[in-house]
Amino acid sequence: MATVVDSPHARAPVQRSRWQKLHANTKLWRGIMAVICALVLWEIGSRWDEWVGFQLPFVGLIPPPTDVARAWGEVIFLSGYWESWYLSFKRVLGGFLAAQLVGIPLGLLMAVNRYFREIFFPPFEVLRPIPPLAWVPASLIFWPTNEMSIAFVTFLGAFFTIVINVLGGARSIDIRLLRAAQSMGASQWHLFSRIVLPGTLPSIFTGAAVGMGITWEVVLAAEMISGGGTQAGGGLGFFIWNSYMGGSLEQIVVGMISIGIAGYLSSSAIRYLGDLSMPWRRMF
Amino acid sequence: MAEEHTQSKAGETAVISGGRIELRDVSKGYGDEWQHEQVIESLSIEIEPGTLSAVVGPSGCGKSTLVNLVAGFETADSGTIRVDGKPVTGPGHDRMVVFQETALMPWLTAYQNIVFGPKLRGDLKGSALVNEAERLLDKVGLTEFRDKYPLQLSGGMQRRAELARALINQPLLMIMDEPFRGLDAMTRELMQEFFLRLFEEYRRTNLFVTSEIEEAIFLADRLVVLSNRPATVREIIEIELPRPRALEMLSSPEAYDYKRRAMEILHEEALKSFTSASGQTEFLEAYSKRGDL
Repeated sequence: MATVVDSPHARAPVQRSRWQKLHANTKLWRGIMAVICALVLWEIGSRWDEWVGFQLPFVGLIPPPTDVARAWGEVIFLSGYWESWYLSFKRVLGGFLAAQLVGIPLGLLMAVNRYFREIFFPPFEVLRPIPPLAWVPASLIFWPTNEMSIAFVTFLGAFFTIVINVLGGARSIDIRLLRAAQSMGASQWHLFSRIVLPGTLPSIFTGAAVGMGITWEVVLAAEMISGGGTQAGGGLGFFIWNSYMGGSLEQIVVGMISIGIAGYLSSSAIRYLGDLSMPWRRMF
Repeated sequence: MAEEHTQSKAGETAVISGGRIELRDVSKGYGDEWQHEQVIESLSIEIEPGTLSAVVGPSGCGKSTLVNLVAGFETADSGTIRVDGKPVTGPGHDRMVVFQETALMPWLTAYQNIVFGPKLRGDLKGSALVNEAERLLDKVGLTEFRDKYPLQLSGGMQRRAELARALINQPLLMIMDEPFRGLDAMTRELMQEFFLRLFEEYRRTNLFVTSEIEEAIFLADRLVVLSNRPATVREIIEIELPRPRALEMLSSPEAYDYKRRAMEILHEEALKSFTSASGQTEFLEAYSKRGDL
């Protein structure tokens, strides 16, 4: 009696996962090849002068990847380099987590409570367009230590993005879901915990991904501006600045790529957490 | 599929347990004094327990507003809506809505969606809940897909999961708001047959809103044809096709006659909305309201 009304769209799970694995692998290899090609082109571009006799614009000024790798090989034995990693990561994570802790509840409150939104949204919207770096001088004056002002600016960088994403996500939840839940006897608290919260999760992770990117930008810039004291205490931003002052072009590039890797690690972690906490978004 | 269906015994399980719906002089409008738009005007419908009334009307005539009023998501400006004599004051699990497109919670599996209501209220627990949910999953043919998320289900499966989610709450009234819209023609036909079997088995009072006349004639005991906006009942056509129904009955002379009568009225009403000066603003309004149905 219970005949399955099957549509051709129903997919067989086994086939899919195998195909997916293969696809993921080709994707990986394509990515690796792309990076290798870019490195080779860069090497050729930088060494054009030695080989052909005239310098290519822009890329000719940059040290070739082999030189950068050599510099890197020296730098990784310096404790100051790793300390810079540690310091920058600590600042990014600190500011980012603080922004999440304050931003998510604030965004949710503004989304579910009209009065709260009407009171807090206008000042929020005035402060939001101010770039985080514009806060640097004021926060240097306002906060007693450099470290605190860096933390504050980092926090701001992620905060506004997180709030606006959470607010937007929570407000755009399909009203039919809320109505369906209401029909089934959901209380106000149920609506919040069973519908609004899971429904906002994708936006929370979007906000986190974007916020994380901004946080790295802000930390680096703040580290350069504030000077960071010694090279050891300065973080990756100061590492670059110091290399610039010391005239080591290779080390500048090492610092830049380090930041690239650090940012990639951070956003991978967020993507991973997102996949983990939102299994329903996986199509497979 | 149709053969199998006609073979099933007639009326073997006519479980009718209340569910008389009465709408009396219901009116509803939106906007303020200056810009008022009357959507429903003194509309009265009575639905006998265990019957299926299909509501058809020109597009944008206020069918979805009617659904929202009966479901209790919105309140009428005047008039009363009663379920078994009790006035409707808000949403409740005695009236379950199956929405346009799908309104399954995307973050819950098929099983979790089905047990959502009873779990919240705590009126069905433990193994009783599991058994009932699994029985319904089987009924709608989704046993294998119990742990799949809605995104991983096909359109037809999503609608069947939604039917199960509604049925587990033992509603007195099922409100179907164009439930099969957005399905491809083939799936739609299969869903209609599937739904019909389900209805003929459970016999729960059903308010079925649709814009497809054939679908309405195929499923319904009576056809409520609404007028153009502001919606009111233009005509009630009793559909006297025997149950259990089969798709072939749609090509019978009676069915043809029902269809012709309904089409005539709808055509008249549609023309009115076409020629009325406010046609364009109505369209824009319907467009801007599409989000909140």
